[in-house]
Amino acid sequence: MEKRELTCIVCPNGCHLVVEVEGKEIVNISGYECKRGLKYAEDEIIMPKRTLTTTVKAEGGHLPVVSVRTKEPIPKELLNKAVYELSRITVKPPINVGDVIVKNILSTGVDVIATRALYSK
Amino acid sequence: MMEYDIVIIGAGPAGLGAAVEAYEKGVRDILIIERDSYPGGILQQCIHNGFGLIEFKEELSGPEYAERFIEKVNKYGIKIMLNTMVLNISSDKVVKAVNQENGVMEIKAKAIILAMGCRERPRGAISIPGTRPAGIFTAGTAQRYVNMEGYMPGKEIVILGSGDIGLIMARRFTLEGATVKAVVELMPYSSGLTRNIVQCLDDFGIPLLLSHTVIEIRGKERVEGVTIAQVDENKRPILNTAKYLSCDTLILSVGLIPENELSKSAGIILDPVTGGPLVNESMETNVEGIFACGNVLQVHDLVDNVTKESRLAADSAVKYIKGLLKQEGKFINAKAGSCIRYVVPQTVNYENIDDKVKFHMRPTDVFKNAYISVKSGGKEIMRRKMQRMTPGEMILIEIKKDKFLDNDLHPVDDITFEVEVV
Ligand SMILES: Cc1cc2nc3c(=O)[nH]c(=O)nc-3n(C[C@H](O)[C@H](O)[C@H](O)COP(=O)(O)OP(=O)(O)OC[C@H]3O[C@@H](n4cnc5c(N)ncnc54)[C@H](O)[C@@H]3O)c2cc1C
Ligand code: SF4
Repeated sequence: MEKRELTCIVCPNGCHLVVEVEGKEIVNISGYECKRGLKYAEDEIIMPKRTLTTTVKAEGGHLPVVSVRTKEPIPKELLNKAVYELSRITVKPPINVGDVIVKNILSTGVDVIATRALYSK
Repeated sequence: MMEYDIVIIGAGPAGLGAAVEAYEKGVRDILIIERDSYPGGILQQCIHNGFGLIEFKEELSGPEYAERFIEKVNKYGIKIMLNTMVLNISSDKVVKAVNQENGVMEIKAKAIILAMGCRERPRGAISIPGTRPAGIFTAGTAQRYVNMEGYMPGKEIVILGSGDIGLIMARRFTLEGATVKAVVELMPYSSGLTRNIVQCLDDFGIPLLLSHTVIEIRGKERVEGVTIAQVDENKRPILNTAKYLSCDTLILSVGLIPENELSKSAGIILDPVTGGPLVNESMETNVEGIFACGNVLQVHDLVDNVTKESRLAADSAVKYIKGLLKQEGKFINAKAGSCIRYVVPQTVNYENIDDKVKFHMRPTDVFKNAYISVKSGGKEIMRRKMQRMTPGEMILIEIKKDKFLDNDLHPVDDITFEVEVV
């Protein structure tokens, strides 16, 4: 049996998690203080996921960039690809907080949304 | 002269939160003054997520967190004066401010809430030998460039200091296509949150070099590289460990200090350790009717705590203008004892305690399985087990009103917080 130690990143508590793995099976998870930590530990062993936060270019707005994020975490290995996809996009005002900028990015089923508003210059 | 019940200086989360709370407690005559052209404060440039888990039970980015409060401020019709810089505050609560439209104005307030946030420790504060070429930025400035102005400071980057901003920028630079060669930290531990080390450095294989520092900067016009070395227990570089890293950019993430030039003008006394005003349980400074909250009071790692503090400051300001905040009474001093760097609030007026007092503090070092012990007159009045403490994570200890009484039911003179290692 293999023991893997993780730090839960779901909230700033940063609980210290211990996952016992037998081959590819999770045998036991301990150290979490809430259910979200349990879910994080499972995902981290099976398929680690992260929320991506970045910016996209803007034209004609009060700022040259608009900040965006994935609405849900996406597989960690897709982060770089997603950044590349987003680097090819240019948005125009008006944009409100929560507007969908890219639907279903890289077929993950997750949308990318704006996290700040953009007004015309 | 313009007159308001409450004048709030700064429209970051602290100022916005205080305004919303004061309105909800029934005060209508509120003015927020902000020097920037948009409210939100530092949160505008913090586009990463991790905000609001406590406040909204959701994981938001900085601008989204701010937007929740901006929406309320707008809905309530609370007045914000943007592009307006406060120059001076007097101890009788006259605020002097300037903007392009009106020139210099004087505004009289019944109560003032200070919410000016903090600033980065200037570069001069750390002395690295070598040249002073272009390509050296503080982490906050770099964050503003990348996230709001849309350009990258460089391609090959070394970060000095492992505070949260430095860690978050390491990930940001990497995602934008730059190479972060190392994050170099003088102390044997990082002052950032563990979750940020995991998701900003470990995820991208960026090395964190603890007990290391930059001993030389090279380059004429532009940074060409830095020499780093390990340090001994006295923080002195061990020269035979020196190593050269080529890079075009050096980012300094070297700590934040509360922004208190204005506070000094009003005669407010500052705590030499926090750099923020000395306050009592109501977040009131030594000047009657002037309150403080957020990073101007103590540098916070979590915005949710800033919001809580802003509510307390606003509730107290509302009580003050209604004449309900007692100025006389028995003052109890809260002291930082062994292995505690500071405690906020620093004093407590027993007469103003409703039910309990919340104290924030930071330990001086990393401790595992230790206790926080609260003592008064040599007697322990409270004890709390702490699995893990680090200077990067603020500790909250709540003390019930009756604990402030001695055997004869008189309020004690002082209480001391200390770390006890078993
Ligand atoms: C880079 C960084 C990353 C962070 N990451 C996280 C995180 O992941 N999660 C989390 O929960 N917290 C995080 N925090 C902490 C949290 O966001 C801050 O503690 C909080 O935003 C501080 O709020 P504030 O209102 O006190 O200060 P600020 O947001 O700095 O607001 C102060 C405002 O006052 C204005 N002002 C100052 N002086 C004057 C003057 N003379 N006249 C007029 N206006 C003035 C300024 O322009 C500014 O808008 C982070 C902080 C930083 C700096
Ligand atoms: S387990 Fe729960 S409480 Fe602990 S860090 Fe994770 S989310 Fe936070």
